[in-house]
Amino acid sequence: MESNDSGRRRFLKQAAALAGVAAGAGATAEWAARGQSAGPSAKSELQQNDAHIHGDQRRGVRRNINHITYFTPLQDYEGIITPASLHFVQLHTSYFPVIDAQQHRLTIHGMVDRALSFSMDDLKRLPAVSRIHFVECQANGAPMGHENGNENMGLPVQYVWGMTSCSEWSGVPLSVLLNEAGVQAGASWVISEGAEAGRWSHTIPLAKAMDDVIVAYGQNGEPLRPEQGYPLRLLVPGWEGLNNVKYLRHIKVVDHHLDPTGVNHAAIMRADLGGKYRWYHFQWGPKSVITRPSGGLKIAGRGYVQITGLAWSGGGAVSKVDVSTDGGRSWKEAKLQAPVLPKAHTRFTFDWAWDGQEAVIQSRCTDDQGEVQPSVADLYKDWGIAGEEGKKAVRTTHFNAMQPWKVATDGSVSNAMFS
Amino acid sequence: MRCSLRLLVPVIILAAPAVALAQSQPQPRFNVGTPLSQQEIKSFDSMIGPEGTELPPGHGSPKEGAAIFAKRCQVCHGQNGEGGAVRRLVLGSPGNPYRGTFKESEKTALSFYPYATIVWDYINRAMPASNPGSLTSDEVYAVVAFLFYRNGIIKENDVLDEKTLPKVDMPNRHGFVPDIPVYPPEPKPSWW
Repeated sequence: MESNDSGRRRFLKQAAALAGVAAGAGATAEWAARGQSAGPSAKSELQQNDAHIHGDQRRGVRRNINHITYFTPLQDYEGIITPASLHFVQLHTSYFPVIDAQQHRLTIHGMVDRALSFSMDDLKRLPAVSRIHFVECQANGAPMGHENGNENMGLPVQYVWGMTSCSEWSGVPLSVLLNEAGVQAGASWVISEGAEAGRWSHTIPLAKAMDDVIVAYGQNGEPLRPEQGYPLRLLVPGWEGLNNVKYLRHIKVVDHHLDPTGVNHAAIMRADLGGKYRWYHFQWGPKSVITRPSGGLKIAGRGYVQITGLAWSGGGAVSKVDVSTDGGRSWKEAKLQAPVLPKAHTRFTFDWAWDGQEAVIQSRCTDDQGEVQPSVADLYKDWGIAGEEGKKAVRTTHFNAMQPWKVATDGSVSNAMFS
Repeated sequence: MRCSLRLLVPVIILAAPAVALAQSQPQPRFNVGTPLSQQEIKSFDSMIGPEGTELPPGHGSPKEGAAIFAKRCQVCHGQNGEGGAVRRLVLGSPGNPYRGTFKESEKTALSFYPYATIVWDYINRAMPASNPGSLTSDEVYAVVAFLFYRNGIIKENDVLDEKTLPKVDMPNRHGFVPDIPVYPPEPKPSWW
């Protein structure tokens, strides 16, 4: 293990040196490292500055005692695919696990006819699918992130909405694996558990597990990166991020929900339910955000401005995006850029002639289920947040309100969600 | 009464498609994967359901837990779990369990949790954050007992074990809507 590992690192250094000449950021080294297994002894060194794990420096990082968070720089990129090195990361431990794919096993047990263990080779023998889907943290864009005085307020869209990313994910449908094990009558929930230090666990209904969930080993044509769950993760299209269990190791089929790690994160207080908590908000509603121009950026001058952004919905495909440049008084339809895929980011553009006056710009998504993205006022009304509370950035997750950006006469753009 | 009605109807709806999935759509099998023995499953399965039938034998008291907490947990969670580098684990006080709505910042208090078994499972799998899984079963029972005592949920002389822990009366057991999670959620947009 030791010698293999130092060999790998030597290879990485050589590759990084080569890549440095051409591209600077060690991209070739990252590619070269795909599929290599690093032994447990590599942990301390790997955790320091490995570009393979920590990705592109533009992916801003926040760390605290029990979290590592990276934010996707939505303002910087084009199209719908997030490069793996810029994919957001939300890890509920303080370091990334190092897992030997050769030794890794996925087990399925509980209410099944045949409890089974799968090696990575076993999984790759089974029929594979590749599908483009977004993954979004349930706290993405939460109102606290917009609050006046918050350090994120003046920063780009990255630190407010950058916990959503979109990739082509490859792997085996979970339904195929459950069929191999044979789900027993009466089963209703599927619990999954990761192999990282805190063994993150979450529960999804059996109906969703049998529908479109992928046990993924690939992202954008390469093996998963360590920060994305290498060698295996759950991909639960359209649902809150915490369902997508990384470092996937155990699956248990049961007739009850169970969420030791999820309940605290997933449950949301609902004033409309008498101050009680909703256990889960499974599926994302229709969402969109203008990524350029957005908070912290500056429009060069009056005249033509191409407004662009991303729209998505957990319910299906985006059917329409409207843009307002006058604070929501009037709306015009934006252009959707192909491909427009279900439960995936969709790029929209809107041609705008800026007259140099103060303006508030925002986008509104409608999905193919006919659901329309709400304003923050409408969302608060639905959730029973009223009066003085309604004027504040109340802490709530699962937030899909429209994002208004204010353009000042000098072209500078700021967050107008609560101001 | 209103609660039990809300609960029963979706459970019945849920059971029907599950049966249909298992029986009416025979898909071809690929016969890939290695069978797992009960012994192997037992060696890794630490998921504890609300009934607590999977709990390992062991026991612990608030007094034992206080000593372990001071040594292993206090550095992050503060004295008596009142909060420190991370948010509070305690709401209410010995003899006075907190009963009311929880703010978002109070969700980390153990009184928030609807089942005692979730607390045991979580501490067992994920704590202490610097070395998860390093507490023995007895230590987990003791730390849970100590924190439940500080939250006013059990008395100072109560001892928790695999039989008594699932029976602890959690003050926020009915603080969730619906009483147990159901899917699909309700006849509203599914993103609510």
